[in-house]
Amino acid sequence: MISAIFQYEFLQNAFLTGIIIGIVAPLLGVYIVVRRLSLIADALSHVTLAGIAASLLLEKKVLGISGLNPIYMGMAFSVTGSLFIEKLRSVYKHYQELAIPIILSGGTGLSVIFISLADGFNTDLFGYLFGSVSAVSRADLWLILIISIVIIATIIILYKELFLLSFDEEHAKASGIPAKTVHFIFIVMVALVIASSMRIVGILLVSALMTLPVAASMRIAKGFKQTIFFSILFGEISVLGGLFLAYYLDLAPGGTIVIIAVLILIVTILIKKLTTSRPAKVQK
Amino acid sequence: MNEKVHPIIDMQDVSYKYEKENVLERINITINEGVFLAIVGPNGSGKSTMLKLILGLLKAQSGKIKLFGKDIHKFKEWQRIGFVSQKANSFNTGFPATVYEVVASGLTKKLGLFKFMNTEDKHKVLDAIDSVGLIQFKNRNIGELSGGQQQRVFIARALVSDPKLLILDEPTVGVDAQHVQSFYDMLEELNKNRGITLLLVTHDIGTISDKVTHVACMNKSLHFHGETAEFERLDKDKMSAFYGHDVHILSHDHDHHHGGVKS
Repeated sequence: MISAIFQYEFLQNAFLTGIIIGIVAPLLGVYIVVRRLSLIADALSHVTLAGIAASLLLEKKVLGISGLNPIYMGMAFSVTGSLFIEKLRSVYKHYQELAIPIILSGGTGLSVIFISLADGFNTDLFGYLFGSVSAVSRADLWLILIISIVIIATIIILYKELFLLSFDEEHAKASGIPAKTVHFIFIVMVALVIASSMRIVGILLVSALMTLPVAASMRIAKGFKQTIFFSILFGEISVLGGLFLAYYLDLAPGGTIVIIAVLILIVTILIKKLTTSRPAKVQK
Repeated sequence: MNEKVHPIIDMQDVSYKYEKENVLERINITINEGVFLAIVGPNGSGKSTMLKLILGLLKAQSGKIKLFGKDIHKFKEWQRIGFVSQKANSFNTGFPATVYEVVASGLTKKLGLFKFMNTEDKHKVLDAIDSVGLIQFKNRNIGELSGGQQQRVFIARALVSDPKLLILDEPTVGVDAQHVQSFYDMLEELNKNRGITLLLVTHDIGTISDKVTHVACMNKSLHFHGETAEFERLDKDKMSAFYGHDVHILSHDHDHHHGGVKS
């Protein structure tokens, strides 16, 4: 495999993108999970699908547009969807989770319409749904790299503010943090990471890469920084292990990545159980 | 205590309406540096609204509020005011953060954007944790602590930015009865040793009246504001008219459980 990576550009693209995604998806995932927004990733991934379907439709039906990279329109839809979610969350203050099914079904509905308008796609729609090792282009890699650098820098710069906002929103507001602005930046970052991750893990499984490593990490980590560290570690193991197995066993990478993440989660739950049940037995 | 020289909070004719209902009516109160003031009043008496006005979270429709001698609209030094809310309301006990991380988050505003903690800040965080007696728990996740200990963590978070004024909104809600007394002992110490002005909204005047220096009673408007000794001489009949059936919470009967007072 190592020699294959040096040989084939598409494998280099997939692995490098995977390494990047394995950092940023769980990193933002930590904030999504602790803020109890896990389902937002699902809603946004379906909106991203609508963007991709729209882009593929344009490419097919409108002459003169060829070679349009669907990732751009996917990102545009995802960011727009995130803004709608925020709007809906402020409209339905007491039913904030309502924003998620509205956006999720809206996104799916649009996708289905675009797909039917195009009379189906013979292209790689399947790859977008479940991820693909061969679909990542060099241009995708560069775009994802730049976006990820910006996101990591933003999270480092806003670390204190994001922590306080996640831990105690009311207190963040009371102490004069520009909560709305920070939250806005956060949700746009989530939208961008989802659109970036979909090439590798696929739209239907993006949210798993943002939540499963975090769920595992929270079982064993002490403190917030450790939670971030273990989330990224588990994310990387899942992505690299998943790509490796997918390539050799000819499986869909998205599914393989997610199943590895699930296995890691099960192991951490078992470890936690074993380490905490021992003192209880001593007491008896 | 230079009472007249340093009013920390000065409210003049402050009124607040929510929709058409008067929540606060013409509040006039001057709170001086160094006091430990308990604000008491029945449910819906506007106590929490008054705190929110002082914290700048709500804006009064009429009247003037001055903080540290400055008009609240021009006041910028919010790090001089620490705030501890009812624990139950505003945090997720499963949050994966250590005591140290939570207390350090109290420096967020003081440090400002693009700045990170230096060694001195880190010492301040440890100092604050120590002053609430939790230093041995500094690396524990906050969810592993008891309700009373968690509330101490929030006090430490408020203390870390060296506030001159600490505002507490019913801090003992959700704290075990046996820990309430030591919690108030700690507050008294902060007031006496660190000279922090304390403003405490409570239903628990029975337990706390030997700790606070001043008491304010309110029910939409301010009914009484003065020293604790003076408050204790008040005519109980007058107080019952103000409190309705909840008059018993004024008694010093420590083992009295005033069920039904808290919503």
